[in-house]
Amino acid sequence: MLNSVEETSPALAVAQQASSPELNAAQLELPVTVIQPRKGWQLIDAKELWQYRELLFIFTWRDVKVRYKQTLLGAAWAIIQPFMMMLVFTVFLGKMAGVNSGEYPYPVFVYAGLLPWTFFSTAISNAGNSVVGANAIITKIYFPRLIIPFASVGAAVIDFLIAFSMLAALMFYYGIQPTWSLLLLPVLLCILGFAAMGIGTILAALNVAYRDFKYTIPFLVQIWMFATPSIYMEVNEAHLWQGGDEQEVAARESGDKKVYRSKTDIIVDSVKPLLAANPMTSVIAFFRAAVLGGPLPWTRLGHATAIIGLVFLVGVFYFRRIESRFADII
Amino acid sequence: MKPAIRVENLSKKFLINHEMQRGGYRTLRETITYIVASPIRQLRTGAALGKTEEFWALQDIDFEINPGEVIGIIGRNGAGKSTLLKILSRITDPTTGRIELRGRVGSLLEVGTGFHPELTGRENIYLNGSILGMSRREIQQKFDEIVEFSGVEKFLDTPVKRYSSGMRVRLAFAVAAHLEPEILIIDEVLAVGDSEFQKKCLGKMDEVARSGRTVIFVSHNLSAVQSLCSRCLVMDSGRIILDDDTESCIFYYSKEQQDKSSASLEERTDRKGTGDARFTSIRICDSDGMEMAAVPMGATIKIEASFKCSRKIVDPQFAMVISSSYGQRLFRLNTSDQNVTLSNIEGEGTVTCELDSVPLVPNIYQITLRMNDRGKTQLLDHIESAMFFEVVFSDVFGTNHIPKGINAFFYVPSTWNMNTN
Repeated sequence: MLNSVEETSPALAVAQQASSPELNAAQLELPVTVIQPRKGWQLIDAKELWQYRELLFIFTWRDVKVRYKQTLLGAAWAIIQPFMMMLVFTVFLGKMAGVNSGEYPYPVFVYAGLLPWTFFSTAISNAGNSVVGANAIITKIYFPRLIIPFASVGAAVIDFLIAFSMLAALMFYYGIQPTWSLLLLPVLLCILGFAAMGIGTILAALNVAYRDFKYTIPFLVQIWMFATPSIYMEVNEAHLWQGGDEQEVAARESGDKKVYRSKTDIIVDSVKPLLAANPMTSVIAFFRAAVLGGPLPWTRLGHATAIIGLVFLVGVFYFRRIESRFADII
Repeated sequence: MKPAIRVENLSKKFLINHEMQRGGYRTLRETITYIVASPIRQLRTGAALGKTEEFWALQDIDFEINPGEVIGIIGRNGAGKSTLLKILSRITDPTTGRIELRGRVGSLLEVGTGFHPELTGRENIYLNGSILGMSRREIQQKFDEIVEFSGVEKFLDTPVKRYSSGMRVRLAFAVAAHLEPEILIIDEVLAVGDSEFQKKCLGKMDEVARSGRTVIFVSHNLSAVQSLCSRCLVMDSGRIILDDDTESCIFYYSKEQQDKSSASLEERTDRKGTGDARFTSIRICDSDGMEMAAVPMGATIKIEASFKCSRKIVDPQFAMVISSSYGQRLFRLNTSDQNVTLSNIEGEGTVTCELDSVPLVPNIYQITLRMNDRGKTQLLDHIESAMFFEVVFSDVFGTNHIPKGINAFFYVPSTWNMNTN
């Protein structure tokens, strides 16, 4: 069948070529798209993503616009969420538990940690649900699917910028002078963005593959928050674990030494490497230091950036692997 | 000159897993329980991982389209037309084969893809245009034209959720109509809007077709295909069975449709399901059981379908779908919708569905038959267009005259009142 088609087409082609040479010349420059089955791991098509950058901006703009249109308070939500959390932490940890916040007033200290965290958690939750939410578009039109979770992260950047104004206000109120290290902010936002895109794409792909995965996302975000000590406590490992030791002393004195000691030891030892691998701890600590002024933990940021880079690659490659099946299973 | 579209040896396979009931996807819970339970299950039944059935939606498709040609694709529901369009538009991947597309591709599988109800008409023009592949500059240039074509100037800054469905469709089509790729892939978009707007759309389509662009057009609307396309592909069961000029294709297709319906159901091969039970015949008769040649509007009819089973079927469930002659689904009659429990069946039998009053206006219609066993776990038999039937006029309103120009499928008895001050 194929042969017969190819035999007839040259004759046709000659006939049409004679009549419209300029059409043929134009056709030579036309881009050629080849569609073939894709199997296994796919590379990231950066060129194509660049071609579709306008769509990325449009999706980001849509997400922001829709979110702020639907709610009475509009853009204020971006501030209210971290602000309320700050109040809660200030009252319960700052005042009641008396957690040390170093030389800064506790509200500023905690808000400077909550700000990047809120960005990250909003971005990964929205990105995680974004692809399933876009099923109507995915089954009707082609574009690089990575744009969808990326746009969710983009929309969270806008929220971040709005919420940042609140931090500026707090710093002004408490009379904290910004330092030159504030100029590192775009770099940090970039690192945070890559972290969110990496985790966001993994969650988005898992959410398509396993439809009940969405129930685990809020859960995961919450656990992650508690596993990121720099949000609400000072990032000082010795200090962090000292509390445990004091309690052990108290436990030893009260008599149930064996039980208590062995339990905390096991928990602390098994959780420690996980906490160390959590790049958000270092990034948030660095963020706070850069904003409020203080010694910048460069080495830790370097480690965290390396881990984030790895997570980003894993996320994007996994997404690309599942991507070809999206339209069939969504 | 090189073809604008070259399709070689294209096939698409779907895996149907009977244990996955909601569609293609799995849940984490299912996967985990499956992994935990499978060693036990394998010991018990010796079954391999997952009971999947292969289904070829497309098989060995080959064709070429020259630049500037307008091609229609026709075929019954399930013939593979939509799958072919989805592969050509890169929404889903083929299983085998290769396609070369020369030029920018625009696909319109739906009008208004990505429209957001909360955004205004103006914002949706930008959103929808970008999704369809237009650049922001392109949209800005054509903005006024799009607005004018849609006729919704006054509501440009109103959220689309406040639009009537007609307005929404007009706006969506207006954006789509200003898409200017070299290759345009269109699915059924004309089946929307009022008849005046449809005419406008057809006019626009004709303009597009004459502008030297390559167009692939799928529709159940044979008259639209006839007026727009020079060449057609007729598809059946995932294959191209005819590639010829439009007239021959439409003639072939209409004839085949009728032949199919007169052939005995038992011999039909274009069916889905396990085949443990098979429909053998279908007929329409009046309340006394006499077979009817045509159905008068409002008549009481019985649709009788006979079947044969090769094993015992527990709690069988039947469905009959009534569609227009072009395949648009109109309504379904389904035992499980009405919680009807039928006795278990073995050997041969007949299932009858009685309609008190057929609400259809005069036209040709078709029936699709379907049989499942308990809990819809297994599709036993499914035949599209199992039979065609004609509804003829009868004086259901008691007016002694024939209502003119019913441009609809249903009639509904109603009572009218008016109050004046």
